[in-house]
Amino acid sequence: MIEVQNIHKSFGENNVLNGIDATFKAGKNNLIIGGSGSGKTTLLKCIVGLHEPTEGKVFYDGHNFTEMHFSDRVHIRKEIGMLFQNSALFDSMTVEQNIMFPLNLFTEMSHDEKQERANFCLTRVNLEGKNKLFPSELSGGMKKRVGIARAISMQPKYLFVDEPNSGLDPLTSILIDELISELTEEYGTTTVIVTHDMNSVMGIGDHVIFLHNGQKWWEGTNKEIAHTDNKELNNFVFASKFMKAAREKL
Amino acid sequence: MWLSFRKPEKFSVYWAEVMREMVSQGIGSLGIIAIISVFIGAVATIQTAFQLVSDLVPKSVVGGITRDSTILEFSPTISALVLAGRIGSSIASQIGTMRVTEQIDALEIMGVNTPGYIVSPKIIAGVTMVPLLVIVSVLLGLGGGYLACAVSNNVSTTDYISGLTDGFNTVIVTVCAVKALAFGFIITSICAYQGFYTSGGALEVGQAATRGVVFSCIMILFADLIVSKVLL
Repeated sequence: MIEVQNIHKSFGENNVLNGIDATFKAGKNNLIIGGSGSGKTTLLKCIVGLHEPTEGKVFYDGHNFTEMHFSDRVHIRKEIGMLFQNSALFDSMTVEQNIMFPLNLFTEMSHDEKQERANFCLTRVNLEGKNKLFPSELSGGMKKRVGIARAISMQPKYLFVDEPNSGLDPLTSILIDELISELTEEYGTTTVIVTHDMNSVMGIGDHVIFLHNGQKWWEGTNKEIAHTDNKELNNFVFASKFMKAAREKL
Repeated sequence: MWLSFRKPEKFSVYWAEVMREMVSQGIGSLGIIAIISVFIGAVATIQTAFQLVSDLVPKSVVGGITRDSTILEFSPTISALVLAGRIGSSIASQIGTMRVTEQIDALEIMGVNTPGYIVSPKIIAGVTMVPLLVIVSVLLGLGGGYLACAVSNNVSTTDYISGLTDGFNTVIVTVCAVKALAFGFIITSICAYQGFYTSGGALEVGQAATRGVVFSCIMILFADLIVSKVLL
Protein backbone atom coordinates (compact mmCIF):
# COMPACT_ATOMS: atom_id res chain seq x y z
CA MET A 1 0.00 0.00 0.00
CA ILE A 2 1.17 3.51 -0.78
CA GLU A 3 -0.05 6.54 1.09
CA VAL A 4 0.55 10.16 0.15
CA GLN A 5 -0.12 12.89 2.68
CA ASN A 6 -0.59 16.58 1.90
CA ILE A 7 1.67 16.60 -1.17
CA HIS A 8 2.54 20.03 -2.48
CA LYS A 9 4.85 20.64 -5.40
CA SER A 10 5.91 23.96 -6.87
CA PHE A 11 8.23 24.82 -9.73
CA GLY A 12 9.26 28.37 -8.88
CA GLU A 13 6.06 30.41 -8.62
CA ASN A 14 4.02 27.70 -10.33
CA ASN A 15 2.11 25.56 -7.80
CA VAL A 16 1.42 22.26 -9.55
CA LEU A 17 0.15 20.17 -6.63
CA ASN A 18 -1.79 21.66 -3.74
CA GLY A 19 -2.15 19.26 -0.83
CA ILE A 20 -2.94 15.84 -2.29
CA ASP A 21 -3.94 13.07 0.11
CA ALA A 22 -4.52 9.58 -1.26
CA THR A 23 -4.12 5.90 -0.52
CA PHE A 24 -3.25 3.37 -3.22
CA LYS A 25 -4.21 -0.16 -2.27
CA ALA A 26 -2.31 -3.37 -3.03
CA GLY A 27 -3.73 -5.68 -5.69
CA LYS A 28 -5.80 -2.86 -7.21
CA ASN A 29 -5.49 -0.73 -10.33
CA ASN A 30 -5.27 2.77 -8.89
CA LEU A 31 -5.83 5.33 -11.62
CA ILE A 32 -4.88 8.99 -11.49
CA ILE A 33 -6.86 10.89 -14.10
CA GLY A 34 -7.23 14.54 -15.03
CA GLY A 35 -6.80 17.00 -17.85
CA SER A 36 -3.48 18.11 -19.30
CA GLY A 37 -1.54 20.16 -16.75
CA SER A 38 -3.62 18.94 -13.81
CA GLY A 39 -0.53 17.50 -12.08
CA LYS A 40 -0.97 13.75 -12.71
CA THR A 41 2.58 13.01 -13.85
CA THR A 42 4.06 15.38 -11.27
CA LEU A 43 2.20 13.49 -8.53
CA LEU A 44 3.48 10.19 -9.90
CA LYS A 45 7.05 11.53 -10.00
CA CYS A 46 6.71 12.77 -6.42
CA ILE A 47 5.54 9.31 -5.34
CA VAL A 48 8.47 7.49 -6.98
CA GLY A 49 11.01 10.12 -5.88
CA LEU A 50 11.91 11.58 -9.26
CA HIS A 51 10.62 14.91 -7.88
CA GLU A 52 11.01 15.95 -4.26
CA PRO A 53 7.68 17.27 -2.92
CA THR A 54 7.82 20.85 -1.68
CA GLU A 55 5.74 19.68 1.27
CA GLY A 56 4.10 16.42 2.34
CA LYS A 57 5.08 12.78 2.75
CA VAL A 58 4.94 9.52 0.83
CA PHE A 59 4.73 6.20 2.67
CA TYR A 60 5.46 2.77 1.17
CA ASP A 61 3.87 0.18 3.46
CA GLY A 62 4.34 2.56 6.37
CA HIS A 63 7.96 3.54 5.52
CA ASN A 64 8.43 7.27 5.09
CA PHE A 65 10.01 7.40 1.61
CA THR A 66 10.24 11.20 1.48
CA GLU A 67 12.60 11.46 4.43
CA MET A 68 14.73 8.44 3.56
CA HIS A 69 18.41 8.75 2.70
CA PHE A 70 19.48 7.83 -0.86
CA SER A 71 20.93 4.49 0.26
CA ASP A 72 17.72 3.53 2.11
CA ARG A 73 15.57 4.54 -0.85
CA VAL A 74 17.46 2.02 -2.99
CA HIS A 75 15.85 -0.81 -0.99
CA ILE A 76 12.36 0.50 -1.80
CA ARG A 77 13.30 1.23 -5.40
CA LYS A 78 14.34 -2.37 -5.97
CA GLU A 79 10.68 -3.20 -5.32
CA ILE A 80 9.41 -0.64 -7.82
CA GLY A 81 8.70 -1.30 -11.48
CA MET A 82 7.79 1.55 -13.77
CA LEU A 83 6.54 1.84 -17.32
CA PHE A 84 7.29 5.27 -18.77
CA GLN A 85 5.18 7.16 -21.27
CA ASN A 86 7.75 6.60 -24.04
CA SER A 87 8.82 3.24 -22.59
CA ALA A 88 12.35 4.60 -21.81
CA LEU A 89 14.08 1.46 -23.07
CA PHE A 90 17.88 1.64 -23.22
CA ASP A 91 18.67 2.25 -26.90
CA SER A 92 22.07 0.59 -26.83
CA MET A 93 20.73 -2.69 -25.42
CA THR A 94 18.67 -5.45 -26.98
CA VAL A 95 15.23 -6.35 -25.62
CA GLU A 96 16.76 -9.17 -23.58
CA GLN A 97 19.55 -6.97 -22.20
CA ASN A 98 16.97 -4.34 -21.20
CA ILE A 99 15.04 -6.91 -19.19
CA MET A 100 18.17 -8.46 -17.70
CA PHE A 101 19.67 -5.08 -16.73
CA PRO A 102 18.15 -4.83 -13.22
CA LEU A 103 18.85 -8.53 -12.68
CA ASN A 104 22.52 -7.97 -13.58
CA LEU A 105 22.82 -5.13 -11.10
CA PHE A 106 20.82 -6.30 -8.15
CA THR A 107 20.74 -10.10 -8.12
CA GLU A 108 23.27 -12.89 -7.87
CA MET A 109 21.46 -15.01 -10.49
CA SER A 110 23.54 -17.00 -12.96
CA HIS A 111 23.39 -16.03 -16.62
CA ASP A 112 21.08 -18.96 -17.39
CA GLU A 113 18.72 -17.99 -14.58
CA LYS A 114 18.61 -14.41 -15.81
CA GLN A 115 17.98 -15.58 -19.36
CA GLU A 116 15.19 -17.81 -18.12
CA ARG A 117 13.63 -14.93 -16.21
CA ALA A 118 13.89 -12.66 -19.27
CA ASN A 119 12.24 -15.30 -21.43
CA PHE A 120 9.48 -15.73 -18.86
CA CYS A 121 8.81 -11.98 -18.76
CA LEU A 122 8.79 -11.78 -22.57
CA THR A 123 6.38 -14.70 -22.77
CA ARG A 124 4.19 -13.01 -20.17
CA VAL A 125 3.85 -9.94 -22.42
CA ASN A 126 3.45 -12.07 -25.59
CA LEU A 127 6.82 -11.19 -27.10
CA GLU A 128 8.48 -14.59 -27.27
CA GLY A 129 11.48 -14.74 -29.58
CA LYS A 130 12.04 -10.97 -29.72
CA ASN A 131 15.07 -11.21 -27.39
CA LYS A 132 17.71 -9.98 -29.82
CA LEU A 133 15.83 -7.03 -31.30
CA PHE A 134 16.84 -3.46 -30.46
CA PRO A 135 14.24 -0.89 -29.31
CA SER A 136 14.55 0.93 -32.64
CA GLU A 137 13.24 -2.21 -34.35
CA LEU A 138 10.05 -2.36 -32.26
CA SER A 139 6.61 -0.79 -32.76
CA GLY A 140 5.12 1.52 -30.09
CA GLY A 141 2.97 -1.26 -28.63
CA MET A 142 5.90 -3.68 -28.53
CA LYS A 143 8.06 -1.09 -26.77
CA LYS A 144 5.36 -0.69 -24.12
CA ARG A 145 5.24 -4.44 -23.62
CA VAL A 146 9.03 -4.66 -23.34
CA GLY A 147 8.81 -1.79 -20.83
CA ILE A 148 6.30 -3.83 -18.84
CA ALA A 149 8.51 -6.93 -19.08
CA ARG A 150 11.46 -4.93 -17.72
CA ALA A 151 9.27 -3.45 -14.98
CA ILE A 152 8.16 -6.90 -13.77
CA SER A 153 11.55 -8.60 -14.12
CA MET A 154 12.37 -8.00 -10.44
CA GLN A 155 8.86 -9.06 -9.34
CA PRO A 156 7.99 -5.59 -7.99
CA LYS A 157 5.64 -4.87 -5.13
CA TYR A 158 4.77 -1.51 -6.61
CA LEU A 159 4.05 -0.91 -10.30
CA PHE A 160 3.82 2.61 -11.74
CA VAL A 161 2.57 3.27 -15.23
CA ASP A 162 2.66 6.66 -16.93
CA GLU A 163 0.21 7.11 -19.82
CA PRO A 164 0.25 3.48 -20.99
CA ASN A 165 -2.03 4.16 -23.95
CA SER A 166 -0.46 7.27 -25.43
CA GLY A 167 0.29 6.84 -29.12
CA LEU A 168 -1.34 3.41 -29.35
CA ASP A 169 -4.31 2.25 -31.39
CA PRO A 170 -7.50 1.36 -29.41
CA LEU A 171 -6.99 -2.40 -29.71
CA THR A 172 -3.37 -2.32 -28.54
CA SER A 173 -4.41 0.05 -25.72
CA ILE A 174 -6.95 -2.47 -24.49
CA LEU A 175 -4.37 -5.27 -24.64
CA ILE A 176 -1.89 -3.19 -22.62
CA ASP A 177 -4.60 -2.32 -20.06
CA GLU A 178 -5.61 -5.96 -19.73
CA LEU A 179 -1.98 -7.01 -19.32
CA ILE A 180 -1.38 -4.47 -16.55
CA SER A 181 -4.61 -5.52 -14.84
CA GLU A 182 -3.69 -9.22 -15.03
CA LEU A 183 -0.22 -8.58 -13.62
CA THR A 184 -1.67 -6.53 -10.76
CA GLU A 185 -4.01 -9.34 -9.84
CA GLU A 186 -1.41 -12.07 -10.39
CA TYR A 187 1.38 -10.51 -8.30
CA GLY A 188 -0.78 -8.46 -5.91
CA THR A 189 1.16 -5.32 -6.79
CA THR A 190 0.13 -1.84 -5.79
CA THR A 191 -0.40 -0.44 -9.27
CA VAL A 192 -0.65 3.29 -9.92
CA ILE A 193 -1.59 4.32 -13.45
CA VAL A 194 -1.61 7.86 -14.77
CA THR A 195 -3.94 8.20 -17.73
CA HIS A 196 -6.50 10.36 -19.44
CA ASP A 197 -7.83 7.51 -21.54
CA MET A 198 -11.45 6.95 -20.62
CA ASN A 199 -11.45 3.39 -22.00
CA SER A 200 -8.78 2.55 -19.40
CA VAL A 201 -10.77 4.23 -16.65
CA MET A 202 -13.93 2.31 -17.51
CA GLY A 203 -12.08 -0.92 -18.18
CA ILE A 204 -9.66 -1.32 -15.27
CA GLY A 205 -10.27 1.57 -12.86
CA ASP A 206 -10.70 -0.22 -9.51
CA HIS A 207 -9.88 3.01 -7.72
CA VAL A 208 -9.88 6.37 -9.51
CA ILE A 209 -8.55 9.73 -8.36
CA PHE A 210 -9.47 12.79 -10.40
CA LEU A 211 -7.07 15.73 -10.24
CA HIS A 212 -8.10 19.25 -11.18
CA ASN A 213 -5.88 22.33 -10.83
CA GLY A 214 -3.41 20.36 -8.72
CA GLN A 215 -6.03 19.21 -6.21
CA LYS A 216 -7.82 15.94 -5.63
CA TRP A 217 -11.29 16.77 -6.92
CA TRP A 218 -12.95 13.36 -6.76
CA GLU A 219 -12.21 9.79 -5.67
CA GLY A 220 -14.14 6.56 -6.27
CA THR A 221 -14.48 3.57 -8.57
CA ASN A 222 -15.07 3.51 -12.32
CA LYS A 223 -18.65 2.42 -11.70
CA GLU A 224 -19.34 5.48 -9.56
CA ILE A 225 -18.07 7.87 -12.23
CA ALA A 226 -21.20 7.50 -14.36
CA HIS A 227 -23.41 8.68 -11.51
CA THR A 228 -21.32 11.47 -10.06
CA ASP A 229 -22.62 15.02 -9.97
CA ASN A 230 -19.11 16.49 -9.79
CA LYS A 231 -19.20 19.16 -12.51
CA GLU A 232 -15.47 19.19 -13.38
CA LEU A 233 -15.29 15.39 -13.49
CA ASN A 234 -18.37 15.24 -15.72
CA ASN A 235 -16.87 17.86 -18.03
CA PHE A 236 -13.70 15.78 -18.26
CA VAL A 237 -15.18 12.30 -18.57
CA PHE A 238 -18.20 13.09 -20.72
CA ALA A 239 -16.62 15.66 -22.99
CA SER A 240 -17.30 13.69 -26.15
CA LYS A 241 -20.75 13.11 -27.69
CA PHE A 242 -20.09 9.38 -27.62
CA MET A 243 -19.48 9.36 -23.86
CA LYS A 244 -22.52 11.57 -23.25
CA ALA A 245 -24.68 9.14 -25.23
CA ALA A 246 -23.16 6.18 -23.37
CA ARG A 247 -23.96 7.83 -20.03
CA GLU A 248 -27.58 8.37 -20.97
CA LYS A 249 -27.94 4.66 -21.67
CA LEU A 250 -26.52 3.70 -18.27
CA MET B 1 30.53 14.81 -9.38
CA TRP B 2 30.85 13.19 -5.94
CA LEU B 3 27.99 10.78 -6.68
CA SER B 4 29.82 9.66 -9.83
CA PHE B 5 32.49 7.98 -7.76
CA ARG B 6 30.36 6.28 -5.11
CA LYS B 7 30.83 2.56 -4.65
CA PRO B 8 29.22 0.79 -7.64
CA GLU B 9 26.21 -1.50 -7.18
CA LYS B 10 28.01 -4.26 -9.03
CA PHE B 11 31.62 -3.89 -10.13
CA SER B 12 31.38 -6.25 -13.12
CA VAL B 13 28.56 -4.22 -14.73
CA TYR B 14 30.49 -0.98 -14.31
CA TRP B 15 33.71 -2.56 -15.56
CA ALA B 16 31.97 -3.70 -18.75
CA GLU B 17 30.73 -0.15 -19.23
CA VAL B 18 34.26 1.27 -18.72
CA MET B 19 35.64 -1.16 -21.34
CA ARG B 20 32.89 -0.20 -23.79
CA GLU B 21 33.68 3.48 -23.30
CA MET B 22 37.42 2.88 -23.71
CA VAL B 23 36.83 1.20 -27.04
CA SER B 24 34.43 3.91 -28.15
CA GLN B 25 36.67 6.81 -27.10
CA GLY B 26 40.06 5.25 -27.84
CA ILE B 27 39.69 3.06 -30.91
CA GLY B 28 36.91 5.27 -32.26
CA SER B 29 39.17 8.35 -32.22
CA LEU B 30 42.33 6.70 -33.49
CA GLY B 31 41.70 7.47 -37.16
CA ILE B 32 41.11 11.21 -36.81
CA ILE B 33 44.02 11.57 -34.35
CA ALA B 34 46.36 9.69 -36.73
CA ILE B 35 45.44 11.88 -39.69
CA ILE B 36 45.76 15.25 -37.94
CA SER B 37 48.99 14.23 -36.16
CA VAL B 38 50.83 13.24 -39.33
CA PHE B 39 49.80 16.46 -41.06
CA ILE B 40 50.59 18.68 -38.08
CA GLY B 41 54.05 17.09 -37.70
CA ALA B 42 54.77 17.51 -41.40
CA VAL B 43 53.56 21.12 -41.53
CA ALA B 44 55.42 22.04 -38.34
CA THR B 45 58.67 20.69 -39.83
CA ILE B 46 58.24 22.46 -43.18
CA GLN B 47 57.33 25.79 -41.61
CA THR B 48 60.16 25.63 -39.07
CA ALA B 49 62.63 24.83 -41.84
CA PHE B 50 61.23 27.74 -43.90
CA GLN B 51 61.85 30.20 -41.06
CA LEU B 52 65.37 28.95 -40.22
CA VAL B 53 67.13 30.07 -43.39
CA SER B 54 70.31 31.37 -41.72
CA ASP B 55 73.53 29.53 -42.45
CA LEU B 56 74.50 30.13 -38.82
CA VAL B 57 71.76 27.82 -37.56
CA PRO B 58 72.34 24.10 -38.05
CA LYS B 59 69.54 22.29 -39.93
CA SER B 60 69.19 19.74 -37.12
CA VAL B 61 67.56 22.47 -35.01
CA VAL B 62 64.42 21.91 -37.10
CA GLY B 63 64.10 18.42 -35.63
CA GLY B 64 64.53 19.73 -32.09
CA ILE B 65 61.94 22.48 -32.52
CA THR B 66 59.45 20.07 -34.14
CA ARG B 67 59.97 17.58 -31.32
CA ASP B 68 59.46 20.11 -28.52
CA SER B 69 56.50 21.85 -30.14
CA THR B 70 54.84 18.54 -30.99
CA ILE B 71 55.29 17.01 -27.53
CA LEU B 72 54.58 20.18 -25.58
CA GLU B 73 51.77 21.74 -27.54
CA PHE B 74 50.61 20.34 -30.85
CA SER B 75 49.91 16.76 -29.87
CA PRO B 76 48.24 17.26 -26.47
CA THR B 77 46.38 20.50 -27.16
CA ILE B 78 45.27 20.09 -30.76
CA SER B 79 44.40 16.44 -30.14
CA ALA B 80 42.36 17.49 -27.11
CA LEU B 81 40.52 20.17 -29.09
CA VAL B 82 39.70 17.63 -31.79
CA LEU B 83 38.69 15.05 -29.17
CA ALA B 84 36.42 17.61 -27.50
CA GLY B 85 34.50 17.67 -30.76
CA ARG B 86 34.67 13.95 -31.38
CA ILE B 87 34.22 12.48 -27.87
CA GLY B 88 32.71 15.45 -26.04
CA SER B 89 29.79 16.02 -28.37
CA SER B 90 29.08 12.29 -28.39
CA ILE B 91 29.03 12.12 -24.57
CA ALA B 92 26.85 15.21 -24.15
CA SER B 93 24.35 14.17 -26.81
CA GLN B 94 24.24 10.54 -25.63
CA ILE B 95 23.57 11.47 -22.00
CA GLY B 96 21.27 14.33 -23.03
CA THR B 97 19.18 11.96 -25.14
CA MET B 98 19.01 9.52 -22.24
CA ARG B 99 17.74 12.37 -20.07
CA VAL B 100 15.01 13.63 -22.41
CA THR B 101 13.81 10.11 -23.26
CA GLU B 102 13.49 9.29 -19.54
CA GLN B 103 16.16 6.57 -19.67
CA ILE B 104 17.98 8.25 -16.76
CA ASP B 105 14.71 8.38 -14.81
CA ALA B 106 14.27 4.66 -15.53
CA LEU B 107 17.73 3.98 -14.06
CA GLU B 108 16.94 6.06 -10.98
CA ILE B 109 13.65 4.23 -10.44
CA MET B 110 15.57 0.94 -10.48
CA GLY B 111 17.78 2.27 -7.68
CA VAL B 112 20.88 2.75 -9.81
CA ASN B 113 23.31 5.51 -8.86
CA THR B 114 22.88 7.21 -12.24
CA PRO B 115 25.85 9.62 -12.15
CA GLY B 116 28.02 6.65 -11.16
CA TYR B 117 26.72 4.35 -13.86
CA ILE B 118 26.55 6.89 -16.67
CA VAL B 119 29.28 9.45 -15.93
CA SER B 120 32.12 7.67 -14.12
CA PRO B 121 32.88 5.08 -16.87
CA LYS B 122 33.17 7.95 -19.36
CA ILE B 123 35.54 9.92 -17.12
CA ILE B 124 37.67 6.85 -16.34
CA ALA B 125 37.84 6.02 -20.05
CA GLY B 126 38.69 9.65 -20.86
CA VAL B 127 41.61 9.98 -18.43
CA THR B 128 42.94 6.63 -19.68
CA MET B 129 42.43 6.89 -23.42
CA VAL B 130 43.22 10.58 -24.05
CA PRO B 131 46.83 10.19 -22.77
CA LEU B 132 47.23 7.04 -24.89
CA LEU B 133 45.89 8.87 -27.92
CA VAL B 134 48.30 11.73 -27.22
CA ILE B 135 51.23 9.25 -27.14
CA VAL B 136 50.11 7.94 -30.53
CA SER B 137 49.75 11.51 -31.74
CA VAL B 138 53.30 12.42 -30.66
CA LEU B 139 54.80 9.41 -32.43
CA LEU B 140 52.82 10.01 -35.60
CA GLY B 141 53.53 13.76 -35.49
CA LEU B 142 57.26 13.14 -35.36
CA GLY B 143 56.81 10.54 -38.10
CA GLY B 144 54.97 13.15 -40.17
CA GLY B 145 57.95 15.48 -39.74
CA TYR B 146 60.25 12.73 -40.97
CA LEU B 147 58.05 12.20 -44.04
CA ALA B 148 58.10 15.94 -44.76
CA CYS B 149 61.91 15.89 -44.65
CA ALA B 150 62.02 12.83 -46.90
CA VAL B 151 59.88 14.39 -49.63
CA SER B 152 61.29 17.93 -49.50
CA ASN B 153 64.79 19.36 -49.88
CA ASN B 154 64.65 21.74 -46.92
CA VAL B 155 66.13 19.42 -44.28
CA SER B 156 67.72 16.00 -44.65
CA THR B 157 66.25 13.10 -42.70
CA THR B 158 69.65 12.63 -41.02
CA ASP B 159 69.61 16.21 -39.74
CA TYR B 160 66.00 15.76 -38.62
CA ILE B 161 66.75 12.57 -36.65
CA SER B 162 69.81 14.19 -35.18
CA GLY B 163 67.68 17.16 -34.06
CA LEU B 164 65.10 14.88 -32.47
CA THR B 165 67.69 13.19 -30.26
CA ASP B 166 69.86 16.19 -29.36
CA GLY B 167 69.28 18.00 -26.07
CA PHE B 168 66.20 16.04 -25.10
CA ASN B 169 64.74 17.26 -21.81
CA THR B 170 62.43 14.72 -20.17
CA VAL B 171 60.36 17.41 -18.46
CA ILE B 172 58.49 17.99 -21.74
CA VAL B 173 57.20 14.42 -21.54
CA THR B 174 55.96 15.06 -18.00
CA VAL B 175 54.24 18.27 -19.12
CA CYS B 176 52.67 16.42 -22.05
CA ALA B 177 51.38 13.63 -19.77
CA VAL B 178 49.92 16.04 -17.22
CA LYS B 179 48.21 18.02 -19.98
CA ALA B 180 46.77 14.86 -21.55
CA LEU B 181 45.38 13.66 -18.21
CA ALA B 182 43.87 17.06 -17.44
CA PHE B 183 42.38 17.39 -20.91
CA GLY B 184 40.86 13.90 -20.73
CA PHE B 185 39.16 14.80 -17.47
CA ILE B 186 38.01 18.20 -18.72
CA ILE B 187 36.43 16.87 -21.93
CA THR B 188 34.55 13.99 -20.33
CA SER B 189 33.42 15.70 -17.13
CA ILE B 190 32.22 18.96 -18.72
CA CYS B 191 30.37 17.23 -21.56
CA ALA B 192 28.85 14.63 -19.22
CA TYR B 193 27.65 17.43 -16.92
CA GLN B 194 26.08 19.31 -19.82
CA GLY B 195 24.32 16.17 -21.03
CA PHE B 196 23.17 15.07 -17.58
CA TYR B 197 21.44 18.36 -16.81
CA THR B 198 19.71 18.69 -20.17
CA SER B 199 15.98 19.25 -20.09
CA GLY B 200 13.51 19.57 -22.93
CA GLY B 201 13.86 17.82 -26.26
CA ALA B 202 16.03 17.34 -29.31
CA LEU B 203 16.84 21.05 -29.60
CA GLU B 204 18.15 21.20 -26.03
CA VAL B 205 20.24 18.04 -26.57
CA GLY B 206 21.94 19.76 -29.51
CA GLN B 207 22.49 22.88 -27.44
CA ALA B 208 23.95 20.82 -24.59
CA ALA B 209 26.40 19.16 -26.99
CA THR B 210 27.45 22.53 -28.38
CA ARG B 211 27.87 24.00 -24.88
CA GLY B 212 29.86 20.96 -23.81
CA VAL B 213 32.30 21.28 -26.72
CA VAL B 214 32.68 25.08 -26.39
CA PHE B 215 33.23 24.99 -22.61
CA SER B 216 35.64 22.06 -22.97
CA CYS B 217 37.71 23.91 -25.59
CA ILE B 218 37.92 27.03 -23.43
CA MET B 219 38.88 25.00 -20.35
CA ILE B 220 41.46 23.01 -22.36
CA LEU B 221 43.19 26.23 -23.43
CA PHE B 222 42.99 27.58 -19.88
CA ALA B 223 44.41 24.36 -18.40
CA ASP B 224 47.11 24.36 -21.10
CA LEU B 225 48.25 27.77 -19.90
CA ILE B 226 48.16 26.81 -16.21
CA VAL B 227 50.09 23.53 -16.68
CA SER B 228 52.69 25.22 -18.90
CA LYS B 229 53.15 28.03 -16.41
CA VAL B 230 53.44 25.72 -13.41
CA LEU B 231 55.62 22.97 -14.87
CA LEU B 232 57.93 24.83 -17.26
